Amino acid sequence: MIIQESVSRKVFNVLNILFMLFMSAITLYPMLYVIFASFSQPADFLMHEGLLLRPLGFTAATYRMVFKNPMILRGYMNTIFIVVAGVAINIFFTSIGAYFLSRKNVMLKRIIMFFIVFSMYFSGGLIPFYFTVKELGLDNSLWALIIPGAIGTSNMIIMRTAFMGIPDSLSESAEIDGAGHFSILFRVVIPLSLPTMAVMVLYYGVGHWNAWFNALIFLRKREMFPLQLILREILITNSTLDMSIGIDAGDQELVGDLIKYAVIVVATVPILCLYPFLQKYFVKGVMIGALKG
Amino acid sequence: MSVANTNIQSIGTLAQPGFGSRLAKDLRRNKYLYLMAIPVIAYYIIFHYKPMYGAVIAFKEFSPIKGILGSPWVGLKHFYDFFNDYYFDRIVTNTIVISFSSLIFGFPAPIILALLMNELKNRIFTRTVQTITYMPHFISLVVICGLIRSFTADDGIITYVFGLFGGEKVSMLNKSELFVPIYVISGIWQGVGWGSIIYLSALQSIDVQLYEAATIDGAGYLRRAWHITLPGIMPTIVIMLILRMGHLMSVGYEKIILLYNPAIYETSDVISSYVYRKGLLEFNWSYSSAVGLFNSVINFLMLTAANKISKKVNETSLW
Repeated sequence: MIIQESVSRKVFNVLNILFMLFMSAITLYPMLYVIFASFSQPADFLMHEGLLLRPLGFTAATYRMVFKNPMILRGYMNTIFIVVAGVAINIFFTSIGAYFLSRKNVMLKRIIMFFIVFSMYFSGGLIPFYFTVKELGLDNSLWALIIPGAIGTSNMIIMRTAFMGIPDSLSESAEIDGAGHFSILFRVVIPLSLPTMAVMVLYYGVGHWNAWFNALIFLRKREMFPLQLILREILITNSTLDMSIGIDAGDQELVGDLIKYAVIVVATVPILCLYPFLQKYFVKGVMIGALKG
Repeated sequence: MSVANTNIQSIGTLAQPGFGSRLAKDLRRNKYLYLMAIPVIAYYIIFHYKPMYGAVIAFKEFSPIKGILGSPWVGLKHFYDFFNDYYFDRIVTNTIVISFSSLIFGFPAPIILALLMNELKNRIFTRTVQTITYMPHFISLVVICGLIRSFTADDGIITYVFGLFGGEKVSMLNKSELFVPIYVISGIWQGVGWGSIIYLSALQSIDVQLYEAATIDGAGYLRRAWHITLPGIMPTIVIMLILRMGHLMSVGYEKIILLYNPAIYETSDVISSYVYRKGLLEFNWSYSSAVGLFNSVINFLMLTAANKISKKVNETSLW
């Protein structure tokens, strides 16, 4: 039986491994290409056609140009502010919501839960949302990118699931010791759910780092733009011009493409460097999310 | 026995005062808990339910100066206009085509990847492949779309590779027939690894003893896959499918507006991107809200229907 199967099994295993190598290659290569291109000599790169297996020549000049650009630095600072302030607000609001929804014997909990979950499946749409934020006077400020997304409903449900897994006796004994809800939440519940909290920080953090659309519709002043919106100008609307100031007109086109690649590296590296270390937490988050049912 | 019964009954009657007084008692007992929840409830009212109310501008001629209340009612005018819109067919068709193609090709992809990954023996190799294939999930959409644009430009590497097989060297995103494949394939590229996590965890939770027993009973590899693996991950597949069905009539605007250009609106303009353009770029607030509301309602109905069907067929449901 087992011997009979082993030949076809072996063939399958080899094919399977080859397939996985292929998947890994097509996933990695675009990123490698970007890195190679960003370090290439502009003139060599322009002459070159086809795949790159290493940088053509080697220069960090493109990166110097990117870092000299004030908008990139501004964008970076704005994004860091949004990520830090945003995640703090996300975690605060999400955890009090999740704490409330995880308590037992609360009469109005079910109906509140219903209204919260309903909002996941039905929305008023883009335009009413736009006016809601505008009427609150949040537009043209970075808070427009933070407060309207203060709670991600699915994240709150994940957190609630984690909180419900903590034995009641722990919060009960804290209550007997005279602890209020805030101290139960911050001194008992959250310290006991640190892996889930890590997942939440990462989910929200990556979300803020990568967000661009709300910035597009709510911000007018360029000095407020987050990194992704600056990236959009450079990558999508093709305006690399203000970065190549001081370069001959002929070279501008040359450098334009490479600047794009360098900018991608600069904007993506922080996340991708963190990622392998945090991977187990991300994966855990998907699992908890799936358990919710 | 009978003593226990009467006891339970008497507790039952004691705990049955009117709803009002029970609520009052609950509010008193949990008042700090409710106080704590106020910011959360306020958030949902302001940023989710207020916009739902705001959607009434779809039935009005909204102007920001007059506000929602001051703007005059026009009934279903905007909906009629939408159904008679020259672009109605185009955006509805594109939405369905893009969404169906993503479903047909994008939905099975992570399942297949998970099944294959599950067959890998070497743990280190498996982890490496996972690490690599999850990665694109974290790259921002702006960067992904920037890459797509530059790789499919007339001098891009994807265009170059297709050129080796006789494709012409023109910008692929200017050819309307290529938009859907580019959208769908890039979506799979970015999401297949991440999407496989959930199936992989379902696969790993299948009891190994089932496989051993089946092998002893003489079941070959395919039979085991059919009778053990597939039923084992079916509930997960169904839940994920319901979630997808609910979004069949919605294609997010973010990726669309980063990728499309007026030359290929014919195949790339969808309902949500049309709402964005009409509303936020051309200031037809009410009309655009009507289109958005139409889309929201359809999505909601589809999700409800999908959920109902799955409850009947599979006893698995979202709520």
